[in-house]
Amino acid sequence: MREELLRLIENNSRIDTKELAKMLNVTEVDILNELSKLESENVICGYFTLIDWEKISVEKVTALIEVRVTPQRGQGFDKIAERIYNYPEVKSAYLISGGYDILVILEEKSLKEIASFVSDKLSTLESVLSTATHFILKKYKDMGTILEKQHDDDREVIS
Amino acid sequence: MTYNLSEKVLNIKPSGIRKFFDLVAERKGVISLGVGEPDFNTPWHIRDEGIYAFEKGRTFYTSNSGLKELRIEICNYLHRKFHLTYEALTETLVTVGGSEAIDLAFRALINEGDEVIIPEPCYVSYKPCAILANAKPVVIDLKAENDFRLKASELRNAITDKTKILVLAFPNNPTGAIMERKDLEEIAKVVIEKNIYVVSDEIYAELTYKGKHTSIAEINGMKDRTILINGFSKAYAMTGWRLGYACGPKEIIQQMTKIHQFAIMCAPTVSQYAAVEALKNGDSDIEMMKEAYNQRRRFLLNSFKEMDIPCFEPYGAFYVFPCIKKYGMTSEEFAMKFLEEENVAVVPGTAFGDSGEGFLRISYAYSIDNLKVAMEKLKSFIAKLKQ
Ligand SMILES: Cc1ncc(COP(=O)(O)O)c(C=O)c1O
Repeated sequence: MREELLRLIENNSRIDTKELAKMLNVTEVDILNELSKLESENVICGYFTLIDWEKISVEKVTALIEVRVTPQRGQGFDKIAERIYNYPEVKSAYLISGGYDILVILEEKSLKEIASFVSDKLSTLESVLSTATHFILKKYKDMGTILEKQHDDDREVIS
Repeated sequence: MTYNLSEKVLNIKPSGIRKFFDLVAERKGVISLGVGEPDFNTPWHIRDEGIYAFEKGRTFYTSNSGLKELRIEICNYLHRKFHLTYEALTETLVTVGGSEAIDLAFRALINEGDEVIIPEPCYVSYKPCAILANAKPVVIDLKAENDFRLKASELRNAITDKTKILVLAFPNNPTGAIMERKDLEEIAKVVIEKNIYVVSDEIYAELTYKGKHTSIAEINGMKDRTILINGFSKAYAMTGWRLGYACGPKEIIQQMTKIHQFAIMCAPTVSQYAAVEALKNGDSDIEMMKEAYNQRRRFLLNSFKEMDIPCFEPYGAFYVFPCIKKYGMTSEEFAMKFLEEENVAVVPGTAFGDSGEGFLRISYAYSIDNLKVAMEKLKSFIAKLKQ
């Protein structure tokens, strides 16, 4: 049931535990126990809400920053990654194969703030060799979810 | 002007689903549990293949029997999933949905006066199609206490020297019942002994929740007397593409192809290209949808348990078939009242045959949120009944 439970809440973290119990044919207590176990094992790392801020006209600028770094002796990329991901502005940080090393996703209120983060903080880290910043112009899909409202059920009501 | 129409057609009753549909259609904001088709969209890679076929200008007829490539993939699929071995070129016919295949099978086999055994409750098309093919339908009323499976003794009792065909439709619409290998083996014994044919509508074969589906064609001695019917509507959520197929002995498929050739020409070309993609790369889509259906199935069964509504555990398709006899109403009265008071549409079991009396067909081809609301409404509805 573990994997099935995770697949269920992966796309809907608000689904209530009573419902989950009925869907998986176990008791609600089983669900609650399993969830707290998954949380304490850090398999479930958090519960979030996917918000399209643009729809309520709140300015947010997101940038993808490709970062090339020199790995450090004995610590590889982890040490430098940590120095980057500890900034709260950093939404995501991934070690990447290919042309660069670390992909940083940054979210700020303005272009200027992003620019100053990159020039003041990121580029000045001693292991950072270079950065390339890409601004996101439009979000079509995020977290497996298409942000445009999908059409309603247009099946015949009885068939 | 008075129209002088076919007596045979005039005498066919309109589908019981249709009647209820018309009632529901007049209302606004109905929460429906009434559909017989998946709520999922056709998986994108399949739709994309359809678009690609349009772009490539694949807008011509295919051969009457269907694209060779598709027939080969159908045979690969049947082998991979159900251990069935059919020859793509002579034993496989691509049709306009399972619906057409049912009609063709009857028309190719039946002589006037032959009897077709139809276990009910069942999908609405077998009886009219049998009648249109000049057969006499013989109904077996399946029993709730047998979990709506067909018993060999019931079959034996229904067979006469005129019996030509047994229709088997498992996993079943509307009950959700399945037939397991041991059940089918018992049926096969009688079928072989009495030397009749089986038209096996296995359109829900992918949707089983207790082990894998067994086709009767796989049982020893049955392949030569079985017409297997399947399609893309339910497994791949492709109802609107109108694509199905029949497999069987080449002598029968040949005659079915003749009718198909004159009545239909060929199944929709773009759908056939998309179906090739479905068969090649659609297994994981089926698994994903099946897991969701199973969760909803359990959700409904547990909800009925809480409300103390009796329901046998259905292991197939996407329907549950609860018994509402204890509320002292007919299926139709219950469904009507539920619609009027709570604006929820379910289909009375009687739309699928007299033996559906006392039952409702509830479809779980709906989001869990929709089902949750509907179950709350059902709860408040029966609470009022009890007062
Ligand atoms: C048991 C059964 N057979 C056949 C069909 C027809 O399916 P198709 O879309 O392949 O014509 C249906 C559709 O509801 C069905 O429930």
